[in-house]
Amino acid sequence: MFENFITSLMTVEGFAFYLFSFLTIGLFSVTVMSKNILYSMTSLAAAMVLVSGFFFLLGADFLGVIQIIVYVGAVIALYAFAMMFFDATRDIKEKNTNSFVVFLLGGMSALVLVLMFAAPIHSNDIQALYPMTEGVGNAQDVGMVLFTKYLVPFEVAAVMLLVAMIAGIILAGKKMNHSITENMEIDNDAKDEIMIQKDKE
Amino acid sequence: MIGLSHYLIVSAIIFSIGLIGVLRRRNLLMLFFATEIMLNAVNIAFAAISHYYNDLTGQMFAFFIIAIAASEVAVGLGILIVLYKKHGSLDLDDLASMRG
Amino acid sequence: MENLVYIALFAPFAGSLFASLFGMKEREIFVGVVASILIFISFLASALLAANLYMTGEVIHVRMMDWIAVGDFNVGFGFVVDHISVTMMSVVTLVSTVVHIYAIGYMDHDRSFNRFFSYLSAFVFSMMILVMSDNFLGLFIGWEGVGVCSWLLVGFWYHKEDKPKEENPSISPSWAANEAFIMNRIADLGMLIGIFILYWNTGSLRYDEVFAQLPYLSETVLAGAAIALFIGAMGKSAQFPLHTWLTDAMEGPTPVSALIHAATMVTAGVFLVVRSNPLYAMPEVSGVSMFIASLGTFVAFYAASMALVERDLKRIIAYSTLSQLGYMFAAAGLGAYWIALFHLAAHAFFKALLFLGGGNVMHAMNDELDLFKMGNLKKEMRATWLYMGFASIALAGLPPLAGFWSKDAIIETAFNEQTYILWFMLVVTAGMTAFYSFRQVFLSFHGEDRHTPLGFHPHEMYTFALVAMFPLAVLALITGWFMSAYKVFIYHIGESVQYEMSEHTHHLAIYLGLLVIFIVLASIAYAYMKYARTGDKAWKRDEAKEQGFFYKLLKNQYYVPKFYEEFITKPYSMISEKFWTGVDLKIVDATVDNIAKFFYTTGDKTRSMQTGNLSNYLNWMAVGGVILLAVAAVSAIFM
Repeated sequence: MFENFITSLMTVEGFAFYLFSFLTIGLFSVTVMSKNILYSMTSLAAAMVLVSGFFFLLGADFLGVIQIIVYVGAVIALYAFAMMFFDATRDIKEKNTNSFVVFLLGGMSALVLVLMFAAPIHSNDIQALYPMTEGVGNAQDVGMVLFTKYLVPFEVAAVMLLVAMIAGIILAGKKMNHSITENMEIDNDAKDEIMIQKDKE
Repeated sequence: MIGLSHYLIVSAIIFSIGLIGVLRRRNLLMLFFATEIMLNAVNIAFAAISHYYNDLTGQMFAFFIIAIAASEVAVGLGILIVLYKKHGSLDLDDLASMRG
Repeated sequence: MENLVYIALFAPFAGSLFASLFGMKEREIFVGVVASILIFISFLASALLAANLYMTGEVIHVRMMDWIAVGDFNVGFGFVVDHISVTMMSVVTLVSTVVHIYAIGYMDHDRSFNRFFSYLSAFVFSMMILVMSDNFLGLFIGWEGVGVCSWLLVGFWYHKEDKPKEENPSISPSWAANEAFIMNRIADLGMLIGIFILYWNTGSLRYDEVFAQLPYLSETVLAGAAIALFIGAMGKSAQFPLHTWLTDAMEGPTPVSALIHAATMVTAGVFLVVRSNPLYAMPEVSGVSMFIASLGTFVAFYAASMALVERDLKRIIAYSTLSQLGYMFAAAGLGAYWIALFHLAAHAFFKALLFLGGGNVMHAMNDELDLFKMGNLKKEMRATWLYMGFASIALAGLPPLAGFWSKDAIIETAFNEQTYILWFMLVVTAGMTAFYSFRQVFLSFHGEDRHTPLGFHPHEMYTFALVAMFPLAVLALITGWFMSAYKVFIYHIGESVQYEMSEHTHHLAIYLGLLVIFIVLASIAYAYMKYARTGDKAWKRDEAKEQGFFYKLLKNQYYVPKFYEEFITKPYSMISEKFWTGVDLKIVDATVDNIAKFFYTTGDKTRSMQTGNLSNYLNWMAVGGVILLAVAAVSAIFM
């Protein structure tokens, strides 16, 4: 077992895999555990980049690029912008759920999943539905399948993104003229449904 | 050699970390982060299976999952902002308004 | 001719449907009129069919449609108009027409007038199916239809209270209806078994096909079928020991009683035996036939003895029906099927007349039926008196009225078959019949006036009702004269109904007849002496005699109803109670209750999960997810 680990560590692929694994797991753990939103967001962004490393390792170049663009470029940026509405510099104060229960559940699920995946998979009867084409780049291959077999889902996904965008703008855009982090005592006549609470500190 | 199991196990561990986050944190923003982690874990599994079975379907699923994650973040953050405007907090304990 | 068959069959049905349209409405005279006209149309059609059959001798078979076709089992909805069924059809529709017209007057003040006519016509329709069907299954449908309609009609005044039996020998109509229905149900099972036996062994249900196969059947099968069918006939025709429902069924409105007794219900049993005459005439089942004859004779005597002391006007007439049914079964059991059928027809006319007259009295006396409270009604109700007296003469069997001819033929048959015990009992019964029917006439219409002191002011029935009864009186008079013509008519149907007296009996017939007439006259005279005189010699109640053993025995109907109550009804209700408290409540109900309780408690206990905190919900969801995962893993391992 251990020799196996060592020998695979000697290869480029094995080394990269283990490196990415430890890094992503560590960074994700920081994301989940950290009290500070900024820290956890940063570690999340870093982990996302490293996840794209897995994709490159697996030959899914296009997916890796998308991962970086969408997650790191768009999603994390969105979080970063959203952070401006909230007080990001402060530590989060929350009473976390009993950690014993949490780790028991998490550990259990991890254990079960690992056991399931570690079991040998009978792959003989699995037939590739859209096999990869030899000698064609991954991006081209993906494009061909995506725009022929998955055209309708693709278009639907586009519409869904549009809807989500509009929804996000409308939800966040309402009452933009009211600041929500500043002390609002000056703005006494804001008597609409927005309940503004002072900082509890 | 690195096999499919390796990737799946890493994916399972990351998924469990996400699950722990979901269970442990009370801050809605952190819950969103944890959800992203779980989605990523699933993406890794899909990409790995796609690679080892030489089938593009897994990657297709990963694309759509990324699309869904992006829209979820867009809508979810909008809702978070509205909630924060209304309650001044993102803590789930403060939002316990569902008790009948 | 086929159309006539359908008209005869479905006109009553149309009347029933028409009346039921107005079932919930206020009383509408035209409903009764339309129903009566439709029955009359049915009678006309039947009469035309009878005339046609008499002229041409051509039996009509009609197959309306396929009814049940499953595999080899094939029953058509078919009807036959032969000599037997046409007799029944004519009698049934004629009596029903009169009863319908009479009921318009009798039910005049009833709130449910329209409903009554829909039931009454449905009753006639069921009886028509019963007599016209060309197979046993159709007969059974009519049989059950008659049962249901009798239940509806006997219990027509279902809202009446249960009166205590000591004061007035009366029970609630709903009780009587249930009794009639349940007793018939018991007997119907026997009949159904008989039908099964026949189908099993012959592969058919049509009369002609079944009867053609009879010679090839074993003795056990024949005897089994004969006994089972007769059990059915016993229930419907109220033969001992299933007879108690008939007198209790007097709780229904009087037109219903008339219909049940004269035409539509109790005659069905006799009809069944006559219809199945090829079966009962088989030499293999002579034992069964002898039993039928003996039972019939016994019931004739038994019912007549109970009628001797009865005070209730309608019950006396009911006993007389029972007794006459006994005569019919005696004739049928002895092989004289056509005489049984002839007596059935003659009896239908004078019995309907008797009942309708009784209804007049009841109407006049504000539903009072106690003979001891009547007396000398003839001064107020002359027409009814004439009708009742006339019908009683017919019932008692004096020439030249209908009852004499048919009943005398039965008594002669018993003599002819050399069953002298039966003959003797039938002769004695004839005397008893004369006595009780005239006791009833004299007590109600003659003697001292006992009703005026009690505050009754009788009045005669509507004229149209009295006119409607007239045809019955005529028929009660003349039916007997056509006996030999009828004999020729029915002999066409086959050898099994033909019955001739021997030479020896022929010679003695005149003396036998004279003997019976003498006994009857003597009984009437005795009844007159005892009950009809006025003044010093007027009849008085004899309390001491009413305490006597025989009087009490007869008064209590030989304690048979009491026996049923003590040994069947009470144990049954006790067992039911045990099952209710022991099995139903403790096992069946408890199971259901506990299932419900389980869900209630689990819901109550798990309600604390609903804290309203999303984080808690997430935790629970994760627990569920982990459990599902574990289950998936485990099942993957073991698959």
